Amino acid sequence: MGGFPILSAMTFLPLAGALIIMIVRAATAGSRDETQAGSEGRTALMAGLIISGATFLVSLAAFAYYNPAEPGYQLVEQYRWYQNISYKMGVDGLSIALVLLTTFLTPICLLASWNSINKRVTEYVVAFLVLETFMIGVFTSLDLVLFYIFFEAGLIPMFLIIGIWGGPDKIYAAFKFFLYTLIGSLFMLVAVVYMYQAAGSSDFEVLENYEFARSAQTWLWLAFMASFAVKLPMWPVHTWLPDAHVQAPTAGSVVLAGVLLKMGGYGFLRFSLPMFPDASHLFQPVMFALAVVAIVYTSLVAWRQTDMKKLIAYSSVAHMGFVTLGVFSFNEAGVQGAIFQMLSHGIISGALFLIVGVVYDRMHTREISAYGGLVHRMPIYASLFMLFTMANVGLPGTSGFIGEILTMVGGYQASSWAAFGAALGVIFSAVYMLTLYRRTVFGQITNPKLNAIKDMNRIELICIVPLALLTILFGVAPNLIFNITEGSALRVLNLMAGG
Amino acid sequence: MLDYTAMILAIGPELWLAATALIGVLLGAVLKDKFNALAFKFGALVLFAAAAFSLMNYQGGEAFNGLVRTNTFVNFAKFVSYAIGGVTLLMSEGFLKRHNTIRYEYALLTIFASLGIGMMLSAADLMTLYMGVETLSLSSYVMAAFHRDSIRSSEAGLKYFVLGSLASGMLLYGASLVYGFAGSTEYVAIAAAEPSVGMMFGMVLMIVGLAFKVSAAPMHVWTPDVYEGSPTPVAAFFATAPKMASMVVFANVMYTVFGGVIEQWQLILSIIAALSMIIGSLGALTQTNIKRLLGYSSIANIGYALVAVAAGQEFGAGPLLVFMTLYVIASLGLFAGVLSMRRRGGMVEGVNELGGLMRKRPWLAIALSVLIFSMAGLPPFGGFFGKWEVLNAGLDAGLLPLAVILVLASVVSLGYYLRLIKIMWFDEPTEKFEAIDGSVTFTVIASAVLTGVVFLVFIYQLSGWAGNAAAGLPI
Repeated sequence: MGGFPILSAMTFLPLAGALIIMIVRAATAGSRDETQAGSEGRTALMAGLIISGATFLVSLAAFAYYNPAEPGYQLVEQYRWYQNISYKMGVDGLSIALVLLTTFLTPICLLASWNSINKRVTEYVVAFLVLETFMIGVFTSLDLVLFYIFFEAGLIPMFLIIGIWGGPDKIYAAFKFFLYTLIGSLFMLVAVVYMYQAAGSSDFEVLENYEFARSAQTWLWLAFMASFAVKLPMWPVHTWLPDAHVQAPTAGSVVLAGVLLKMGGYGFLRFSLPMFPDASHLFQPVMFALAVVAIVYTSLVAWRQTDMKKLIAYSSVAHMGFVTLGVFSFNEAGVQGAIFQMLSHGIISGALFLIVGVVYDRMHTREISAYGGLVHRMPIYASLFMLFTMANVGLPGTSGFIGEILTMVGGYQASSWAAFGAALGVIFSAVYMLTLYRRTVFGQITNPKLNAIKDMNRIELICIVPLALLTILFGVAPNLIFNITEGSALRVLNLMAGG
Repeated sequence: MLDYTAMILAIGPELWLAATALIGVLLGAVLKDKFNALAFKFGALVLFAAAAFSLMNYQGGEAFNGLVRTNTFVNFAKFVSYAIGGVTLLMSEGFLKRHNTIRYEYALLTIFASLGIGMMLSAADLMTLYMGVETLSLSSYVMAAFHRDSIRSSEAGLKYFVLGSLASGMLLYGASLVYGFAGSTEYVAIAAAEPSVGMMFGMVLMIVGLAFKVSAAPMHVWTPDVYEGSPTPVAAFFATAPKMASMVVFANVMYTVFGGVIEQWQLILSIIAALSMIIGSLGALTQTNIKRLLGYSSIANIGYALVAVAAGQEFGAGPLLVFMTLYVIASLGLFAGVLSMRRRGGMVEGVNELGGLMRKRPWLAIALSVLIFSMAGLPPFGGFFGKWEVLNAGLDAGLLPLAVILVLASVVSLGYYLRLIKIMWFDEPTEKFEAIDGSVTFTVIASAVLTGVVFLVFIYQLSGWAGNAAAGLPI
């Protein structure tokens, strides 16, 4: 790489695109009237698609330059910025995988909004592109302060996306989302300042090798946990998630479940484990307990939901419980499984929200009872829905299976009880997902409005089919991912062991 | 042999302000109403020149046998205060014109107030300090009541005057006690004197007086009322130039006069800081008048700044300058935003009047949002680094509880900052604001760009300047 800052280019390309869209809109504001509002929105969406598509290509290029055989950070760019803080970017296997997930999902989100977002479309596209920059930045920054800036900045566009384009209770959901996440991350900020002062640097590599005192580790670990537990989310601070998901527009839910939740797991792997190993060991039983509670409790809650999106939101909390379980099992199977589970859940839950969005756009309700018998009118939809239902349950052959089995294997090595609890969750996930599927897709059409419902159109297929292919591909050939992430998973464990 | 050149250079900006203010008075007497419109350009020019002046002799000097002594720390504050004072003057012209109260006295009062700012910043003696504080205060009382036909404005002026006099009295009494027990009014001599109980009494009274001037809780009650009642440009001035200066004066007094007895006042200032943060952010939650809301938010922000003061000179001086600079620029922009809320010939001040601003004036809404987030200290905007520096200072000095309160207060304050964002972005549009003078819109956007973007990327520059300025303080 001849010094071209490909990661910076990838990170800031969407932001630059957003600025251009805004400026073009301002420049053409004079010649516009109300009747053209629709076509202007389509143009903006098209521009957004091109920009995010280009970002995806750049991220593929970055991936091509990435060498999975090397465990450390690669493609590093570093400039001295402020005090001892650097503008430092770089990726390892864990982050490049999550970056690819982000850049892959964003164009899909924008495309999925093609028909469902009809007001203030230009602003919507701008918000999404800005959000993409912050999401990529979270995964590519190698400096704690820089990471914090991206991590927290992402709240603003997401707040706007929920608040402007959300459902009836959007204001409540947006505030809840923002304040919950903020209170966690501000505690992290205090910890960041402390670490920065103690180690004299906020560089990841310096911090990873700095030995924090045992007593300090406990507090730092808790402060970071406050932030990541909300983000992941873990029981009992998960309650913002169902609200945010239900109120957010479809694409907002996709990106929330697909990427934003992963920041919590990423944070655990990047900070809690390598930087505070003693505290991580100390809190392992607590985390296992919370993970099992999350898996069992939220699965049961999901079962009782009458709103499709809420059901999937709770199922997300349960699946994130597997990530916690895997991360805190401190062995290769668990950590690899957790990373895999994050990626796989990003794809599957994203797809499930899109699936719900498809019928919501037609019927404008997410009540499960309003549906039934969709298979008679929407056969393609029913089969894709089936695939993702099975993937969410963890059927072998889909990517969901690999993540769950590996995290449970890892968890079993650390604590058989935790694995037992998690296995219960697998059963429950079959219960609620199959119930959802049966009630919406099978049976007779009871709601007369459903008689005229149309099967998926081309745009929806373009959005969902790639996700379906990936689900099966990663289910059949999980090594595609493991080869990328193996180095960094082992590196995390080595750092933990003090190596 | 006295070195007159060095002396004049040391108090150059203040001499310049005093001279031009008097010339302004003469011009007003001769030209009468013809001077009214001109006076604002004149005043802004004078203040910008004074800002440049304070940079010319940035290293500082001594004058009048130690009554006045400047250094880079105060000169930094002088520069920011004068420059911002000039901008508020330019912003005010259109507003006063529309209210038929455009009078040259306003510009001259701003100059006199700035003279007070300069004097209290340059002070190296309790007498000079008091003179400066009073010059600023008396000009401010008149400015608050400048709309003399409006009951609210007169009320604001009177309230400010009565409470302000009380605080000045405390400051004076404290100063006299300190003088009595230390045997001198000079900063250096007091710092060298043996601390005694009487002197600590004096110090506490002085803290009370100064806390009133910076509107720190529990001496804050005047702030929302005065901000609400005063004409908006006056409130904009109060919230910026004197805030910056008073805060730096506060720090200067604590650092240079009482620097040796930091263990005596660190707790007091910590409590004041904590109270300000808590009361400010809780108080703002329920406000519906945007000026009152900004008043409470300024109390909270002063609380953050006081964390830096409480951290002591070594840790807090630089961060204080960074935080206050970013804060006053954001504050200036937000008040300029309030100035642009004009509809059917009248000003509106309700928070809800901003409804749907994003649909009607997108750039204004974006600029205001950037300012609000920046003031809330949320990354990626420059204001985040103000908080970052203050947090660093607080933790360096071992004030962990204050840091935690700061963090919690930030969450609470997001409650009202987000409400503003919600009103601007989510709510249905209200009637469009009337077009407003270019200078106001320019100020909003310029300060948004400055705090939001420029000082994000170039924060190391600002921080470096502030660090060097803080290094000029005597140790």
